[in-house]
Amino acid sequence: MRTPLLFLPLVGLLLLSLSPITHAEPVAFVGAKILPIDGEPIEKGTLVIDGEKIVAVGPVDEVDVPAGAKTVDVAGRWIMPGLICTHSHIGGIGGADGSGPIQPGVRVFDSLNVLDSGFKRALAGGLTTLNIMPGSGHLISGQTVYAKLRFDTTPHRIEDLFILDEDGNPTGGLKMANGTNSMRDAPFPGTRGKSAYLVREQYIKAREYAAKKAKAGDDAEKMPPVDLDLEALVEAMQGKRVVHHHTHRHDDIITVLRLAQEFGFRVVLHHISDGWKVADEIAAAGVPCSIILLDSPGGKLEAMDVNFKTAGVLERAGVNTAFHTDDWITDSRIFFRMAAFGVRAGMSRPAALRGLTLSGAEILDLDDRIGSLTPGKDADFIILDGDPLSVYTKVLETWVEGSRAFDRSDPEDRLYAVGGFGAGHDQQPYLCCFGQEAQQ
Amino acid sequence: MIAAKHTLIAASILSALIAARAQAQVAVKAKMIHTMAGEPIQNGVIVVRNGKIAALGSADEVNIPDGFQVLEAEVVTPGLIDAHSVVGLAGAYNYDHDQDQLEHSTAMQPQLRAIDAYNTREVLVDWIRSFGVTTIHTGHAPGELISGQTMIVKTSGNTVEDAVVMPVRAVAATLGPEAEKTGAKSPGTRAKMMGMLRGLLIDAREYRDKRDAAKKKAEESAEENSEESDEEEKKSASAEPPRDLSLEVMVDVLDGKLPLMVTVNRAQDIANALRLKEEFGITLWLDSAAESYLLVDEIKAAGVPVIIHPTMARAFDETENLSYETASKLVAAGIPVALQSGFEAYVPKTRVVLFEAALAAANGLSFEQALATITRDAAKLLAIDDRVGTLDIGKDGDLALFDGDPFEYTTHCTGVVIDGEVVSDKKQ
Repeated sequence: MRTPLLFLPLVGLLLLSLSPITHAEPVAFVGAKILPIDGEPIEKGTLVIDGEKIVAVGPVDEVDVPAGAKTVDVAGRWIMPGLICTHSHIGGIGGADGSGPIQPGVRVFDSLNVLDSGFKRALAGGLTTLNIMPGSGHLISGQTVYAKLRFDTTPHRIEDLFILDEDGNPTGGLKMANGTNSMRDAPFPGTRGKSAYLVREQYIKAREYAAKKAKAGDDAEKMPPVDLDLEALVEAMQGKRVVHHHTHRHDDIITVLRLAQEFGFRVVLHHISDGWKVADEIAAAGVPCSIILLDSPGGKLEAMDVNFKTAGVLERAGVNTAFHTDDWITDSRIFFRMAAFGVRAGMSRPAALRGLTLSGAEILDLDDRIGSLTPGKDADFIILDGDPLSVYTKVLETWVEGSRAFDRSDPEDRLYAVGGFGAGHDQQPYLCCFGQEAQQ
Repeated sequence: MIAAKHTLIAASILSALIAARAQAQVAVKAKMIHTMAGEPIQNGVIVVRNGKIAALGSADEVNIPDGFQVLEAEVVTPGLIDAHSVVGLAGAYNYDHDQDQLEHSTAMQPQLRAIDAYNTREVLVDWIRSFGVTTIHTGHAPGELISGQTMIVKTSGNTVEDAVVMPVRAVAATLGPEAEKTGAKSPGTRAKMMGMLRGLLIDAREYRDKRDAAKKKAEESAEENSEESDEEEKKSASAEPPRDLSLEVMVDVLDGKLPLMVTVNRAQDIANALRLKEEFGITLWLDSAAESYLLVDEIKAAGVPVIIHPTMARAFDETENLSYETASKLVAAGIPVALQSGFEAYVPKTRVVLFEAALAAANGLSFEQALATITRDAAKLLAIDDRVGTLDIGKDGDLALFDGDPFEYTTHCTGVVIDGEVVSDKKQ
């Protein structure tokens, strides 16, 4: 979305949504309360961005505004890193189908509609990075995708949201699930014992596949045919593809840890309604967690004991804990509410704010790029009109890689923030009229 | 005889003592009391005696009698009212055996009573109560053309008889795709839904007229012939139509005695509900009403109140156009508005109306107005304001205690009192 850069003064100007919001020169945001997350809050701070990166952050009297930089007065505002949701289903996801419970070769990004209105709503909530996942109706439902919400201009295809690794490949994990959601009539498992068996069987096959490949070396004759499903499991066992495991009941949580131990995959525990019951075991296993705090318990047997207190219990046990929306189970626009409920039930404020940002970055292996306001990291940040944990606070602006992707003062963006007629519709690719010249 | 008399006296003293213990005498001191009946009282005291508010005012004016249990709080509000829930019928386990809010065998069943389906021990009753919700309008859910009746209960009590405030409050109906059936079953379209409702109301009219005529005839012949022969008695009795529980309820709807609460979201479905009211003169309550902001003038002109959808209801399909700001638009237009927790099919199994009001307060409603949608205005809409909704002398001793702004995410509910009984004192 890097269109020819236009000079656009920011202070006091309502920007037209048609104009790209990128800058040739550095921009300094001066005078806000800044929450860097990897350090103490800064009462009156300056954040300087240049291109797609953060170049400086600190108290106003300690940070020099570079020559030629645009200065934005943000007195009275709060600035913190863009929020990271480690478990999202935005975009019309369709991962594995009904043909079987284990489909690791399926990639969720092949199903995503980049024009889905959910992405704009997520930006309105201050989110800048998502782990978009297939569902939990399978033991292994497919590969997830880590997505940057590069919506300063409307993206054309899902590739525009990819976060690429050094080899130029899209980053993402592998979605797994146990408990009730992944159990039903054959060929799906009917019991927990069968669920674990089917998973073990496939990982063992993947081990043998990897061994065959290694043995074949350069010999094309000996090389086994490429198996997309087994390739993904091999990546998981090599630690290259993190397993994001949906699990609720305390014994199901322990089963996940048992399987991770056996096959050596790196795992993140997701939801863990019963997590507060086995916090010490989770801490001993050294695995991070991504949790959801719901308005009430129930809805299914394994979520009967879900409780706000999980956040604080995990923190005190020493578990790295992030929050997630599970959009559409909860709305990305009110992601802050999750952290606030964690604090309500005993989590510390710093851990709660970290749970929306840096912990999520670490879980996605992207903490070198995102999750805190640190020089060298991506310029992903949000401007708020108050304390992030207050119900009254609004996200005013969301910036992704140095470009503003959401502006509440823009009526079109505001529609996605508060809802209304048309808020449910997919975005329009061209912001103007049919038949007229495209804006990009 | 004397022994029996003493036993009787002893028994009545004992039951009075038991009753008195259940309704302990309680007083609450708070830095801020939102009575919802005038200015908030700062540094105030509420005294609850025998389940009713006996005294209310500033700490210098109101004495707390000896022997009363005293609670303290930062903020006190009237016990919160959820204007439309399914808690108690739609259980937390979400298995067939604990889901009594919808019976799918046929589209119109106004005769199904909420009192026959309410589980006082449902864990979600305790859950919402722990956040200060003391009165709920609960019962049959949206999802069938007429799913059944609703009622008003307090979120306490061992049996539904203990809990009930109003055993029949409304008849619950749904217009729109949610009430559609597939295949050969009816209704399969919006027009069919309206046709079926109109047909039922017309049937009710004829049932009522037949019944009234038969009654009148029986009265007249009784006046004329003080000694009626057996034959003549049988004749007048047979003129009365056999009792039809479904039509009996619909007669009350026709006569405006029972509201028809219609769950609708699209503007066209709201318009359909208004058309029904116009034709039959029924009392209509609009429920959910996501697109009501498109029909503000029409709703206002019809004098219809709106139980607005939960602020955080999910926006997709019929609710895709909902807005956080609708409540404030309706209130600004002078339409009576109350807030609800609604019906959830999965997780979270119930919403909490306190949280819904909080987000409404952050989106156009003032603090006081948002609180009104779950207290004073909800009570008025449900016509239970003689008992609850505001803190006033003689009203029920239903109180919600908080350690800060009730709407802030990090504030806790620290105590709940229902009919003078402290039902919760844990920090939630």
